[in-house]
Amino acid sequence: MKAKTSSLILKAATWGAAGMTFAALLFLLGYILAMGIPHLKPSLFEASYNSVNVSLLPALVDTVIVVALSLLIAVPLGLFTAIYLVEYARRGSRLVRVVRMGAETLSGIPSIVYGLFGLLFFVTRLGWGFSVMAGTFTLAIMILPLIMRTSEESLKAVPDSYREGSFGLGAGRLRTVFRIVLPAAGPGILAGVILAVGRIVGETAALIYTLGTVAQVPPTLFDSGRTLAIHMYALSSEGLHTGEAYATSVVLLAVVIGINALSRALARRITNA
Amino acid sequence: MRKRRLESMMKVVFLVSALTGILSVALICVFLFANGIPAIGKIGLFEFLLGREWSPNDVPPAYGILPMIVGSIYVTAGAIVIGVPIGILTAVFMARVCPKPLYRVLKPAVDLLAGIPSVVYGFFGMVTIVPLVKELFGGRGHSMLAASILLGLMILPTVIGITESALRAVPQELYDGAVALGATHERAVFSVLLPAARSGVMAAVVLGIGRAIGETMAVIMVAGNQPRMPAGILKGLRTMTAGIVIEMGYAADLHREALIATGVVLFVFILIINLSFSALNRERG
Repeated sequence: MKAKTSSLILKAATWGAAGMTFAALLFLLGYILAMGIPHLKPSLFEASYNSVNVSLLPALVDTVIVVALSLLIAVPLGLFTAIYLVEYARRGSRLVRVVRMGAETLSGIPSIVYGLFGLLFFVTRLGWGFSVMAGTFTLAIMILPLIMRTSEESLKAVPDSYREGSFGLGAGRLRTVFRIVLPAAGPGILAGVILAVGRIVGETAALIYTLGTVAQVPPTLFDSGRTLAIHMYALSSEGLHTGEAYATSVVLLAVVIGINALSRALARRITNA
Repeated sequence: MRKRRLESMMKVVFLVSALTGILSVALICVFLFANGIPAIGKIGLFEFLLGREWSPNDVPPAYGILPMIVGSIYVTAGAIVIGVPIGILTAVFMARVCPKPLYRVLKPAVDLLAGIPSVVYGFFGMVTIVPLVKELFGGRGHSMLAASILLGLMILPTVIGITESALRAVPQELYDGAVALGATHERAVFSVLLPAARSGVMAAVVLGIGRAIGETMAVIMVAGNQPRMPAGILKGLRTMTAGIVIEMGYAADLHREALIATGVVLFVFILIINLSFSALNRERG
């Protein structure tokens, strides 16, 4: 009978822990939404920021710009790396191991270290100043391992019979990769890209000293701006606009939830295919 | 012939892309170390790492980062104490206990937990956990305890994700054998499956440590950030990450270099954590 009691306790503990995890998420979402939605005023979406309207629209536009440019750099690099590792390199060669180790190292580096590096290299050494360029290059390096790993896994999941069939019909390696393998691996690669978008949207520490914090839509790529996450940090640390900070976090959460739903839908398509 | 040339050209393009990752790691190491190490030399290794006083604006200035190192270790330890038990139990629940319909809700919930930006966590901690700590235990609320609770929550998805997949990777025969020998479901899970998934669980904890020690924005918003030796769980403290962000904006000369050197110390911590993580993964095979 003693065994039975201890089993019951263990069972209760797992239910309890899972309940706590779930409750924490619900509480966070509920609290932010309940406090923030009443503060979602039209003035928050005015074209330019000033200390009266505390508009988040410029930050939203900057976020889109930073996401687009970071992906523009990191997606080809990450995807090509994965293509090299899976389709060209001998499996298990030394180069493959080194590249993978590099990616592992990159993915463990905290964002503040990326921020420091961006400040030292892009902002100072290359003389780009606090700018969209410095911010996006820093973020591109940060999301590179994520894109690489998800692309690599998607390419690996494409059955070899596809490649053999394509070679058998006389297609070259390049043609096989682009016409046969990539379309088959498409949804998986896309799911990785979407995860990367999520990381960029939520990033702050790597951007404060690279992109800077100016609340404007940057006129050129060599000017500073601020993404939504930086905007949110600025509002909450100033402590003057708590209502607007709640509202901004509602917008951020909405974006993140949308991104998650999208990557989940894609993942479902992969498993069904 | 044109086709052949395109083939070999693209192969080079792919190869060059594959090298950018390694190049980035090398650049990060070179720039961080080249800018940080001289400062450590000027301050003195022991004064820098073991100095208990950080007062860069005094005359003469003091650049001891021990308070920040200890601060980072304390909040990380707190996060592990809070996050790991809950995370492992939740993972067990998801892998072995949970009814299927519930799983379909819980899994996206954990994914979402991983996707929430750290500023939102920080803000949430600032408006809920900090006042709660203040109410229950007194003090200012901005404290090691608040930071530990928040970080514990933030590392949950990491711990849960890796532990769950490690549990799922354990061969079903082990479980079947235990049940055949008369163990209850729970006993089979906790006495057979969990020990068999040991290295995966360890990897989860190590990665959780990496997340917690590298977290910046959320910690700044709840930890109080006083640059002195941590004085208790209800007192404020400053982590290495917080120190860098807070002072980098106005620091100059040796002060600035000392902050970069703080980044180097953090980077070395992370490298050690990464190495142990990949060692554990290799053990798992």
